[in-house]
Amino acid sequence: MVGYRLTLGLMLASALMLVHAQTPGMAQVMQISESPMDKPLSGFHFLTPETRAMQQDDFANPGYLWVAAGAEAFQQNVGAGSCASCHDTKAMVGVATRYPKFDESAQTLINLEGQINQCRTKRQQLPALALESQGMLALSSFITQQSQGMPTSVSIHGPAAPWLERGKAYFFQRRGQLNLACHQCHDESWGKMLRGDQVSQGQPNGFPAYRLEWQSLGSLHRRLQDCESGVRAQTQELGSDAYLALELYLVWRSQGLALESPAVRR
Amino acid sequence: MRWALGAMLFCLCTQVVATSEQQAMRVVSDAMVAPLSDVTGSAEQGEQIFAARDAGHCVLCHQVSGLDAPFQGNIGPALGGIGDRLSPAQIRLRIADASLLNAQTIMPSYYRTEGLHRVDERYRGRTALSGVQIEHLVAYLAQLQSQNQ
Ligand code: HEC
Ligand code: HEC
Repeated sequence: MVGYRLTLGLMLASALMLVHAQTPGMAQVMQISESPMDKPLSGFHFLTPETRAMQQDDFANPGYLWVAAGAEAFQQNVGAGSCASCHDTKAMVGVATRYPKFDESAQTLINLEGQINQCRTKRQQLPALALESQGMLALSSFITQQSQGMPTSVSIHGPAAPWLERGKAYFFQRRGQLNLACHQCHDESWGKMLRGDQVSQGQPNGFPAYRLEWQSLGSLHRRLQDCESGVRAQTQELGSDAYLALELYLVWRSQGLALESPAVRR
Repeated sequence: MRWALGAMLFCLCTQVVATSEQQAMRVVSDAMVAPLSDVTGSAEQGEQIFAARDAGHCVLCHQVSGLDAPFQGNIGPALGGIGDRLSPAQIRLRIADASLLNAQTIMPSYYRTEGLHRVDERYRGRTALSGVQIEHLVAYLAQLQSQNQ
């Protein structure tokens, strides 16, 4: 009991110290290391019970068709050797939680798809897989599924910092003929109804996800294109720097949420 | 330029705002007095435009009780009885460019082509709704009185 009181006291004291230590410079550091969302909610939260059940049942969830194809592709001997010739499957656990990340060799931000294509071209001596191709979706969903249930942990410091800023600016910029920003729907209006759709927080943790509307699995970038065409904005290319930066911001913003891929979404 | 005008709306009473179609439209206080088309608005057609996905699709964000459209959104306020609260000229301004009244608004500006970012080619330089369509919407909303609900 006394010990409990003591820890509580200590916690209070350190909390107070934190408040006092918040000089302007300090506040900035705190801002960047804390996620902007108090309590991020997965898109899962906004689904009907039927769609939730579909996601949670590995046999009913169509996303597992891609995961299974990816498991096979991972072992397949192609080019200079299979993925498995370099990586133990177990070593893929947790990998997806760390993307997008700044890649030193390429000197740019890459996401998991970018990493897969680096392995393809540099190690396997094969042409890059087209984004959104069945081959890419199979590998990306298989690798992401290995981290299912794990929270993301992306780096936003050092060379990643300007990418985060860029992604954040994108999120707040109004765009399209309907002049709406991601922020206005996914920060300001989540929980409300946009016609028959309850607007979610626009979290990335379910992707690659099976979308009922697509009748297919698809990447986060494809989902972003849909939101952009919804407001009649010119979409960006899949894998573009603009979407990579936005992806980093979204993943950072989702801090604390567990990966769900392959999720099922409307 | 238009932003500056918008910000001054509450200070000055009358402003002339250049529209996308380069006509001058008069914004008086928080209202747009002059119709955006010579065609007189029809409430019946306005109701259709309000609900149709390929027209105004206002039901994305607004509800009107009694309107025959399933799944009406609630990002904006319910508009039943709006005719009691707002004049046709006030309604017109809110549809044409609600951002003149509230720069942070979520309500899209349906009669505006400038100051927008990365508009898809297919829509660039065009207003989201035509002046005639807005006049139909004004006629529809203006006659929504709470006693009819
Ligand atoms: C007009 C409102 C609106 C705007 C603006 C908008 N979205 Fe969305 N977004 C939606 C709706 C509706 C859905 C589908 C239902 C849901 O999950 O919210 C969605 C879904 C998403 C999803 C999938 C979430 C999930 O769990 O499946 C992501 C990610 C997303 N949006 C990100 C963005 C980003 C980033 C932007 C800006 C580039 C943006 N959205 C702009 C309305 C919007
Ligand atoms: C993306 C959401 C959205 C869409 C689509 C939308 N509105 Fe709105 N509307 C709003 C919001 C939010 C407000 C509240 C005013 C504000 O925030 O500035 C509003 C306000 C209004 C008002 C003023 C209501 C009042 O009580 O003062 C009218 C009239 C109106 N809208 C009509 C329309 C019409 C007509 C359409 C379709 C052509 C439409 N809206 C489409 C979000 C929307």
